Amino acid sequence: MGTDGFSIAEARFLAPDVKLFRIVAPRIARKQQPGQFVIVRIHEHGERIPLTVAESNPTDGTITLIVQGIGKTTKLLNRFDAGDIIPDVVGPLGRPSDIRLFGTVVVIGGGVGTAIAYPTAKALRGAGNHVITVLGARTKDLLVLENEARAISDEVFVTTDDGSYGEKGLVTDKLKALIAGERKIDLVLAIGPIPMMRAVAETTRPHGIKTLVSLNPIMVDGTGMCGGCRVQVAGRSQFACVDGPEFDAHEVDFDGLAKRNAMYREAERQALERFVSDPKPDLDLIRHRCKLEDVTPR
Amino acid sequence: MANPLTPKDRTKIPRQKMPEQEPEHRRQNFAEVNLGLNFHLATQEAMRCLECAHPKCVDGCPVGVKVKDFIALVLAGDYLAAAAKIREDDILPAITGRVCPQEDQCEGTCIMNKKFGAVGIGYLERFVADYERETGQIGLPPIAPPTGKKVAIVGSGPAGLSAAGDLIQKGHQVTVFEALHEIGGVLIYGIPEFRLPKEIVRQEVENMKRMGVEFQTNIVVGKTVTVDELLGEEGYHAVLVATGAGLPQFLGVPGENLCGVYSANEFLTRVNLMKAYKFPEYDEPIYDCRGRNVAVVGGGNTAMDAIRSALRLGAKNAYVIYRRSEAEMPARAEEVKHAREEGIQFLLLNNPVEFLGNDKGWLRAARCIKMELGLADESGRRRPVPIRGSEYELPLDVVIIAVGTSSNPLVQSTTPDLKTRKGGYIEADPETLKTSKVGVFGAGDIVTGAATVILAMGAGRKAAAAIDEYLRTGVW
Repeated sequence: MGTDGFSIAEARFLAPDVKLFRIVAPRIARKQQPGQFVIVRIHEHGERIPLTVAESNPTDGTITLIVQGIGKTTKLLNRFDAGDIIPDVVGPLGRPSDIRLFGTVVVIGGGVGTAIAYPTAKALRGAGNHVITVLGARTKDLLVLENEARAISDEVFVTTDDGSYGEKGLVTDKLKALIAGERKIDLVLAIGPIPMMRAVAETTRPHGIKTLVSLNPIMVDGTGMCGGCRVQVAGRSQFACVDGPEFDAHEVDFDGLAKRNAMYREAERQALERFVSDPKPDLDLIRHRCKLEDVTPR
Repeated sequence: MANPLTPKDRTKIPRQKMPEQEPEHRRQNFAEVNLGLNFHLATQEAMRCLECAHPKCVDGCPVGVKVKDFIALVLAGDYLAAAAKIREDDILPAITGRVCPQEDQCEGTCIMNKKFGAVGIGYLERFVADYERETGQIGLPPIAPPTGKKVAIVGSGPAGLSAAGDLIQKGHQVTVFEALHEIGGVLIYGIPEFRLPKEIVRQEVENMKRMGVEFQTNIVVGKTVTVDELLGEEGYHAVLVATGAGLPQFLGVPGENLCGVYSANEFLTRVNLMKAYKFPEYDEPIYDCRGRNVAVVGGGNTAMDAIRSALRLGAKNAYVIYRRSEAEMPARAEEVKHAREEGIQFLLLNNPVEFLGNDKGWLRAARCIKMELGLADESGRRRPVPIRGSEYELPLDVVIIAVGTSSNPLVQSTTPDLKTRKGGYIEADPETLKTSKVGVFGAGDIVTGAATVILAMGAGRKAAAAIDEYLRTGVW
């Protein structure tokens, strides 16, 4: 392990630009608990990126990651296939989700946030909670893990911004309706883009409903060493990699988080542009451990 | 060749100067500042050794390198034997020859130091280690027959590496676990290329692999595997925790979460480990310092490393903000001198009290206050006291906080019977480095708090001796 890399047992697209990877990582699979993440580096010149583990199987020693191709590294990663080797996967990192009987839990997954919420939702159901899952996406094509969510939820609602599937609207519209309904909600877990998590926090705040969010700030090492992932929570600086990634949504400074996440926007744009216009240097770096049949970026 | 000079004549030879890249040139590149002695300079320097009957230099070395003996071998022209002589006590001579604070250790106790300038022991150490590496004829020490005992070392920094080097020679099976993707700990992520080329660290690690040490990257002990599992199902007979003082400290002033505010750990990790100075050829970015105002807060070696890196990334103005005066600065004199030559501006007796941002959340300035020195504090240094009404704004785009580190709790928090002391550091016997948990030893910064590479290596050696004894006798 480690020096030999981590081989991909299965890889398939779930939606355009969203790919599922099942990776052989026995040590991580054995330790992984819902809510924890790994850090991945895909070649010798690569950056370290945190990815939440959607599922782990201690028996066959695999972990499942769901990757949305947004920046250069994730777009390159999404060109890896079964049999290819990822050189560096380290984890499980972060604190596990707090799994116990709360009563009724609303789990909200926005876009690929669903993949992060899924293992926690499953564990919460296993702990006896009544789990209501709300899945949100911009449009039908971008919805992931709907069947998986249905299998582990007592109720499932889907919203799309454009109304192409489920109810037209935002996840917070559905949340408001649920709060106004019969059932008392004991916990809300919201994972998705920052504006969505902030909107959920503002929706539940007046009702005093305990609300958790899983944050995804920029990280380097993931072990508390660099402090790059610090976020302001209840007026104190916290490291998302070791103190989180889950925090009380009503205490998180989302504005500060969004600003820090934009810190390298120009560099990210430049890296992506360079990769799209000429992917060869990067493909050469992964060629010896990947099949790479075509050379056009997806 | 024996030294032909009388002791008096030896004192007449001036200490040889280390050839360096010119400041104007080196501030624009990440190549090494010190170029190393040539044969002539090395011989001249070796001639200065008085060959004391009771060499004080050896006492001054935390790992007891046989300085007098190796210098005699330099003078005899047998550089490979000189390197092998150092390796008997110091498994990483090319590294310690570069980063040890020799002025406080071997050279500090050298009898020549006061009147004539110490023998350049560090320069000579580096010279023979580099010679050895360039010839490719590394004098690896012999390995004892296998003992059948397995040792796990947590952390691949200087403490872990030196312990691994000693334990493998004793015939034990040694596995070093590293959380990052590259071996070397602070030697890789912390110390910059211009002070310690990473190729040298890689070469030393390769040597250890050839001796039989196994390295596993991407393993966070405490997360991927626990100490109890290492001692249990993984079958290790002893564990050495050498995880370093990894957590960055911040100042706790307003504005510290603005974009553009880095911990030194993050800034240096991006530059050194992730090679952000080669962006976009390497993927990890760092704030584009070109033409910007950058400051580091702090006065230690880490602060010098960080600000000199920022300068090389193109900073227009590069400041060191330090709350005491130069006399109290913990950085090595050589580092401060190099920094000054390169054009780093020192704002001594200054302290930031707030970081100010623009509406996009980016740093635009530090509000600083001037300080004066009061009475001595518990560290023996004069306490800095703010001067009322002296506050001013210093325009800044990037600030790097280098005011120290604290213990990383990942191992301690998942090893319930491992006792810690104030600050979360591991409690270990100062001589045997045994912790409160049977079979578990601790060494380096995770025991002492942040110190130096060589002190960590010294602790690693002590721990290795104690581990060897424990494994042979079974007595805790």
